Amino acid sequence: MMDIIDLSLPQLTLSLRRGELSSREVVRAYLDQIERLEPQLHAFITPTPELALAQADQADQQLNEWRKAPHGDLPRLCGIPLVVKDVLCAAGVRCTCGSRILENFVPPYSATAVERLLEDGAPLLGKTNTDEFAMGSSTENSAFGTTRNPWSLERVPGGSSGGSAAAVAARMAPAALGTDTGGSVRQPASYCGVVGLKPTYGRVSRYGLVAFGSSLDTVGVFGRTVAEVALVYQRIAGYDPKDSTCVNLPVKPIELDQTPESALKGLRIGIPDEYFHTGVPGSGIQPEVETSIRQAIAQIESLGATVEIIHLKHTPYALPVYYLIAPAEASANLARYDGVRYGARAETASSMWEVFYKTRGEKFGAEVKRRIMLGTYALSAGYYEAYYGQAQKVRTLIKEEFEHAFQSVDVIAAPTTPTTAFRIGEHVDDPLSMYLEDIFTLPANLAGIPAVTFPVGFDHQGLPIGMQLMGAHFQEERLLQVAHAYQLVADWHLHQPTLSKPR
Amino acid sequence: MTLSLAEVEHIATLARLELSPEEKELFRAQLSSILDYAARLRELDTSQVSPTFSVLPPRSVLRQDVPHPGLSLADLLHNAPQAEDRQFRIPPVFE
Repeated sequence: MMDIIDLSLPQLTLSLRRGELSSREVVRAYLDQIERLEPQLHAFITPTPELALAQADQADQQLNEWRKAPHGDLPRLCGIPLVVKDVLCAAGVRCTCGSRILENFVPPYSATAVERLLEDGAPLLGKTNTDEFAMGSSTENSAFGTTRNPWSLERVPGGSSGGSAAAVAARMAPAALGTDTGGSVRQPASYCGVVGLKPTYGRVSRYGLVAFGSSLDTVGVFGRTVAEVALVYQRIAGYDPKDSTCVNLPVKPIELDQTPESALKGLRIGIPDEYFHTGVPGSGIQPEVETSIRQAIAQIESLGATVEIIHLKHTPYALPVYYLIAPAEASANLARYDGVRYGARAETASSMWEVFYKTRGEKFGAEVKRRIMLGTYALSAGYYEAYYGQAQKVRTLIKEEFEHAFQSVDVIAAPTTPTTAFRIGEHVDDPLSMYLEDIFTLPANLAGIPAVTFPVGFDHQGLPIGMQLMGAHFQEERLLQVAHAYQLVADWHLHQPTLSKPR
Repeated sequence: MTLSLAEVEHIATLARLELSPEEKELFRAQLSSILDYAARLRELDTSQVSPTFSVLPPRSVLRQDVPHPGLSLADLLHNAPQAEDRQFRIPPVFE
C-alpha cells in the first residue's frame, strides 16, 4: 500500500474519482509531510493549511456529486493539492514576493494560472519561498530566510523558485508552480532532482504574476515526472485576454507515448558546443555533470535519435545581455513600490519624498537594490545606447541563432547548470559568481523558447544533475515527449531524498 | 570601468533609493565590476542588427469598449499603509 504522498497525479485522480481516497485525506497527508519537514527545509513563506482543508472539503463535495452522476467533465486536478511560488497572486492569501516591502500585502485577485488550478478544485497548500522579486539563483535573497536543498541541507535548492522545487523534491506537494525569467524554474529543478518546465514566452498568462522582467518572465511547472508536469502545464497554458502578451494559440492535449521509440526515432538533437566549452572564466562545467549529460544523450541516441554538434556562438554573451535587460526591466517594474497605495511604508518618513526614498531604501533587499541600480544606469541618459540598446541588439543575435539551429535540429540538449547545488553562503559576496550559475538557462529566456529539465544522474556526493532540452517556440509538446521517453528508460526521477521518506 | 560615488548617488536618486554610505561603496564596487563584464557586448558588431524588445511579433491588443466591474474600493484601499476618506494618505509633498 503506497503512501498517499507517493502517488502520482494520475493515481491520485483515479483514487479520488473512485472514492478510495478523499481530497481531505490527500491534503492531510501532505500537511503532515509539510509539518514534519518544514522546520528543516523552510520551503514555505505562507503555509495555508486551513484554506487547503476547506478547499479539499469543497473538492470532496464535487467528487461526491460526480460519482453519483459521472456524466460531466471533472477536472483531473480536482482535489489534488498544489503549491505556488510567492510571486503569483492567490486572492486573499498574503503574497510577499520574498520581500519586506510586500510583507503584509494581500492581493484582491488571483493570477490566471493560479485561478485555473483553484477553479479545478486543487487545494492550495501554501505559497513557497522565493528570492526577493524572483531575483536570485539560490533563494538566499528571500527576506524570510533561505530554503534548504532536501538532498543536502547545507546546500541551496537553487532559485529563485527554490521553495517550489524543494517542496516537490521533498514530497510536500505533488507539483508546483514557479516562474522562470533567467532559469528560475529549471535551475532549482536541476539542483533538486525534479522536472521543471519553462514554457514559451507568452504561452502561459502572466496576469497576476508580479512583474520582474516583462519580456522574460514565464510561469513554469515543477513535478516529479514529465508526465505530471505536462498535466499541470496543459491546464495553465492558453490564451488569456487579461495578458496582452499571452498568445492566442490553442493548447492541444499533450500525447505522451508508451514506448520511447515513437518520440525518439529520427529525432535530430543538437548539442551546442559552447555549453561544454564556455570560454567564460568561472563557469566551467563540473566533470560529473558533463558525464551524466553525455550518457543521457547517448541513451537517447541508442533509441533512434541522431545527434549533431551545433554552434551557438553568442552563448557567452547571454549573461551580460541578461544582466542588462532584466535589471533594466526590473527597475521599471519595481518603481511602483513607493509606499503609497500598497506594501510597506517607512515609519520615519515625514515627507512624500521620504516615503519614496526611505521605504525603498529600507524595505528592498541588497540584490533587488543592486539590480534596480544596474537597470537604472543602463537606461539612463547617455548610457542607454551603449548598454541597454546594445544588449537588445545582441539579444536579437541570440534569438536568431536559435531559430537558425532549429532549422537543422528538432531539439537542443544541454546541461541545465554547470554544477550541482552549491553551498549556502558560497556566492553571497560575489554577485557575478552567483549570476554565472544561470549561464545555461539564460539563453532560452532571451530567445523566448521553451525548455524542460529533468534528472539524469547524481554526482559522487549524491547531488542531482539535470539536463535540459530546448525547442523552438511553442514546441512544448515535442520537448515533453522526448523527456518523457527518456523517463521510460531511465529511473533517476524515481529517486527521492532520504529525509522525504517515511520515518 | 569604475563608477564614481557621484554617479552612484545620481543613480540612487533616479531610482528613489536611500542608501547608507556603506551601501553606496558596496554597490559602487559591485556595479563597476558587473558593468565591466557587460561592456564586452561592445566586442560585437551590431550595426546591422535591430533590437529585440519582445520575442513575440509586435501587435496592439484591444478590447471592446464595454464597461466591466473593476476592483471595489475596499479592495483598493485594503493594502494601503494609510487610507482616509476613500483616499490614500501620504505625508506632505512640500513643507
